[in-house]
Amino acid sequence: MEELLQVDRLTKIFSLGSMISRIRITAADNVSFSIRPAEIFALAGESGCGKTTTARMILGFEEPTSGTILYRGQKIARNEKVWFTRGIQAIFQDPFGTFNPLRTVDRYFFETLRNYKLAGSTKEAVGLIDQKLRAVGLAYDEFSGKYPGEFSGGQLQRISIARALLTNPTLLIADEPVSMVDASLRMSIVNLFKQLKEELGVSVLYITHDLATAYYVSDRIAIMFRGHMVEMGSVEKVLMDPKHPYTRLLRESIPEADPTRCWRGTVRLTDIEQEEYLKQGCRFAGRCPMVMDICKQQVPADLNVDGVLVRCHLYTSQVDSR
Amino acid sequence: MSRTILRTEQLKAFYVLDLFGTQKVIKAVNGVDLDIGENEVYGIAGESGCGKSTLLKALVGAIEPPLRLIGGRVLYQMVGEEVDISSLDPEEKRRLRWEYVSYVPQGSMSVLNPVLKLKETFRDFIESHVSGKTGKEAFEIAREHIVRLGLPPQILNAYPHQLSGGMRQRVTIALAALLKPPLMIADEPTTALDVVVQRGVVQLLKDIQRTLENTIVLVTHDMGVQANIADRIGIMYAGKIVEEAPTGQIFGEPLHPYTCYLIDSLPHFGDKATRTSVPGSPPSLSNPPDGCPFHPRCPQALDLCTEQMPDLKYVDHSHKVACWLVGD
Repeated sequence: MEELLQVDRLTKIFSLGSMISRIRITAADNVSFSIRPAEIFALAGESGCGKTTTARMILGFEEPTSGTILYRGQKIARNEKVWFTRGIQAIFQDPFGTFNPLRTVDRYFFETLRNYKLAGSTKEAVGLIDQKLRAVGLAYDEFSGKYPGEFSGGQLQRISIARALLTNPTLLIADEPVSMVDASLRMSIVNLFKQLKEELGVSVLYITHDLATAYYVSDRIAIMFRGHMVEMGSVEKVLMDPKHPYTRLLRESIPEADPTRCWRGTVRLTDIEQEEYLKQGCRFAGRCPMVMDICKQQVPADLNVDGVLVRCHLYTSQVDSR
Repeated sequence: MSRTILRTEQLKAFYVLDLFGTQKVIKAVNGVDLDIGENEVYGIAGESGCGKSTLLKALVGAIEPPLRLIGGRVLYQMVGEEVDISSLDPEEKRRLRWEYVSYVPQGSMSVLNPVLKLKETFRDFIESHVSGKTGKEAFEIAREHIVRLGLPPQILNAYPHQLSGGMRQRVTIALAALLKPPLMIADEPTTALDVVVQRGVVQLLKDIQRTLENTIVLVTHDMGVQANIADRIGIMYAGKIVEEAPTGQIFGEPLHPYTCYLIDSLPHFGDKATRTSVPGSPPSLSNPPDGCPFHPRCPQALDLCTEQMPDLKYVDHSHKVACWLVGD
């Protein structure tokens, strides 16, 4: 099957500090994954794990330090931005921050159509906009001429999805699309992604820290930790039978909405985040309950355990002995 | 139930705005009766814009225009007598806060002073509420307190920006528990934190509650967090409490249609069946629908629902619901 988007050994290093005391933070370290047509791929992890940096590099907001991004097997050149952004559209975290509060929302739609030269006349444009709004459960009449402040967060997020759909994209990059939306309306956005995948064949890169919705909606998932991808595979395998100790910790920490199944045991948190970025070897070694000597010295290699890609020394011997 | 520590009677707090001569009234808290006991964790859940944060403001007496107290009373049980918070003068209110009731605000990032080291912040709090302490003694109190809560004492020498978001949130909670208040109010303490950190913060709140045996009023829309920490939960919708029950009953046998939706919409692991969210969108608080505010979104709405607001009545000794469908 042809891969829609292929990300290969993507690395981004940020330099912080002054000329004298310069530190280098590796926000994304050799991140590789691919997205197939009509697939929801979740990228999950805690804040500061490099999820957003990865998304920004795919969207071209950030220049990767090394590594390649292939869209439909082609490298994205600077002068082909239009062709590329027509196929890949973004949805951002804060729906209130996405729209200028002093502009009516329909102007964004007309602007997108004009920029991509998608409609010949106003009538045609209105027809297209109405069609896309219907796909997200809104109507043109209740939308035109209104300012962002007149909508609720959930509605605005649907509007920004409808805007992204205008170019008939094949891939949506959704960066924490539900974290600012109310819990009661969250499922409507997540269900919308499912519906878009099934009806229009749109792929979604779903970036989130909410593993419960990631499990609910996605086909495959990658777990990131401090710039490294630690586990990747089908969502059933990764979340129902986590292999990497970090994935296990994440999985246990999700608050179950069931008072009979409360958290047991205590967790250790990092005090200062920077230390974890600057660590040698496995970044999780400082907090891992099963830490070994080798973890502190060497970054584990990609291992294929039961169809799931895992980066952990615990499985090195298992794979070798086979 | 244990002794009452905080009680409200038909509390009404509205935002009154003057827009070009026309008055706009936002009924954020519209007739709330609470009865919170000693040594319990009381959770308040509801979607954004339902008046949760305004309710907390009214509870601590932080009512400033455009917010106005329209009616009702907030009564604190203090040393054997009931005190109405609106009858206190500013100095008494100042003493009440932090020593008797402390508040963990939403968004820990902006709470701590960015140009002060944390020990200075702690000293500020101690000096303004505990008399006769030198700087050194205050620092010692802060250190002991931090260590007792299991946080590393080095953080006292750090500036807020040097700490992670979760650590900052835990420091804010530590500050709120500093004077061992009998009542702590936390507004969305875990929102914007990721799951592992969230668990750490909830753990800290639980530890504090267990050691101090005090009362925590916890506001969060995350039902998963509520399930983990709250003893009783009140569900708020459009400025009103629509259901109140012990946590087990809220999750086990919710009665109000809104609560049912809230609980059914939560995704579970190992179950990929389609889940639907509450239909429609939240009501506007400046122009709430007549009758029960949930009726436009309620699939089982009766004619009566569009006309009259049901009272919050007991269905058994601990479970209260405001819905025409429930009861007789």
